[in-house]
Amino acid sequence: MKLIVAIVRPEQLSDVLEALFHAEVRGLTISRVQGHGGEMEQVENYRGTTVKMALAEKVRLEIGVSNHFVQPTVDAILGAARTGEVGDGKIMVLPIERIYRIRTGEQDQDAVTPVPMHPDS
Amino acid sequence: MNTSDIAWMLISTALVLLMTPALALFYGGMVRSKNALNTMMMSFVALGPVAVAWALAGYSLAFGGGGRFAGALQYVGLRGVGLEAHGTIPHLLFMAYQGTFAVITAALISGAVVERLRFGSYLTFIVLWTLGVYAPVAHWVWGGGFLAGDGALDFAGGAVVHVNAAAAALVAALVVGPRRDYGRHAMLPHSVPLTLLGTGLLWFGWFGFNAGSALGANPTAALAFVNTFLAPAATLATWTLLDLTRGGRVTAIGAATAIVVGLVVITPAAGYVGPGAALAMGALGAIPSYLALILRARTRLDDSLDVVAAHGTGGAAGALLTGVFADPAWSGGPSGMIAGHGAQLGIQAYSVLIVLAYSGVATFVILKAIAAVMPLRIGSRVEGVGMDVTEHGEEAYTTGDGAILVTPAEAAPGRRSSPVVASSGGAL
Repeated sequence: MKLIVAIVRPEQLSDVLEALFHAEVRGLTISRVQGHGGEMEQVENYRGTTVKMALAEKVRLEIGVSNHFVQPTVDAILGAARTGEVGDGKIMVLPIERIYRIRTGEQDQDAVTPVPMHPDS
Repeated sequence: MNTSDIAWMLISTALVLLMTPALALFYGGMVRSKNALNTMMMSFVALGPVAVAWALAGYSLAFGGGGRFAGALQYVGLRGVGLEAHGTIPHLLFMAYQGTFAVITAALISGAVVERLRFGSYLTFIVLWTLGVYAPVAHWVWGGGFLAGDGALDFAGGAVVHVNAAAAALVAALVVGPRRDYGRHAMLPHSVPLTLLGTGLLWFGWFGFNAGSALGANPTAALAFVNTFLAPAATLATWTLLDLTRGGRVTAIGAATAIVVGLVVITPAAGYVGPGAALAMGALGAIPSYLALILRARTRLDDSLDVVAAHGTGGAAGALLTGVFADPAWSGGPSGMIAGHGAQLGIQAYSVLIVLAYSGVATFVILKAIAAVMPLRIGSRVEGVGMDVTEHGEEAYTTGDGAILVTPAEAAPGRRSSPVVASSGGAL
């Protein structure tokens, strides 16, 4: 089991989510974050004040996956988040000590195995 | 001159002027947050160059007497436009009132090309369009041109403003092309409350637009005023029923759209029809626009904020229905089909088609001419980042986190030529 943390450009998020859904990655969390990755800084002007925006808007994805899902997940993000310019972001793969699914109390491998879609839905 | 008329026209001019900032709110709420300022500026900025162009040349091309197709140049630079009487109000006030129409008409077009048209190209376009399209079309109908001579009825600008702007919007959307994400990703309105606020202010300003078109504080103004109240109400009621029937839920964006459609529909008829006809026109006018909105979303035409469905379809419906409902018993003026003048419907259709054709072709020529000199679109990467930062160097919603003050000495060289500078490599 691994935790995949990816920092991507907000404008690539739709593409990344689409790629992840195609790779059948179902469970993920995103958050809007600000960061700096060595990219060009935007210069903005407000009346007489000029500022350099040292922090750029980014999106962080957190995805807990079982081992055989690690590579497909990473590949999906790499393919969809890349623009080729500095500031495309990072993907980090972290070990996980334990995972619980809150609804059932299942642990580890079971907790990150998607349940089959409800037949009615 | 009549002081009551002057007072009402002073107020009306300010009311119509307010419609352009209102349109900025209406449009601004419907785009993604990264383009909110750019979209709002496309409306706001028309208050500058378009109004100047109107004062310098546009007014003369529209209202400078002259022939069947354009005004003469006698009022260029406002020469000869003074405080003498024009009807019952000062000539200069009439010029300003008409100028506020030129401003909002140009701003209306922007809805079709938001989120990708370069700001510089847009500025060039609206100035050329005002002089080359709006002014002559206004002349045809209101300045003594050929459509007025043929008997076309357009009380406050169904053809001159709405069909005209919508034809330009359609052609501009086609020439500029769809947004990168159009049809690939959902692009949702970032602030529906802004859109609703804009709608309210548009309706408020529209009382000056329609009732002010009576050019005085008289019974016709009262008729146009009440019709401007009743028609959008009927459109909103009809739209609500259509929404309920179709999806079971009444949407806020739908309500905002309905009100604008109702206002557009009654615009050409405002001082020509009775209140019962205004209710009927508002209700009937809802249907073609409602259908047009549904159909447009299924096409590759990225008329992003539905200028064609709201102003084109609504404007054409209003112009035609004016030919049906125009009622001399109320206006003391022209008759429509119901009052026994069936040919009026044909004249109305003819005026809509002429405006549609001229505006469409001329818009195409102007855009192609601009494209020969400068790019129309922003780059695909820039479309991803958003136009607020790249075109304006500002953000609509920023916390200010990570903003480093740049002292004037650091900022001086080359700042304007490149909106984005390389990181100085400072540790962070």
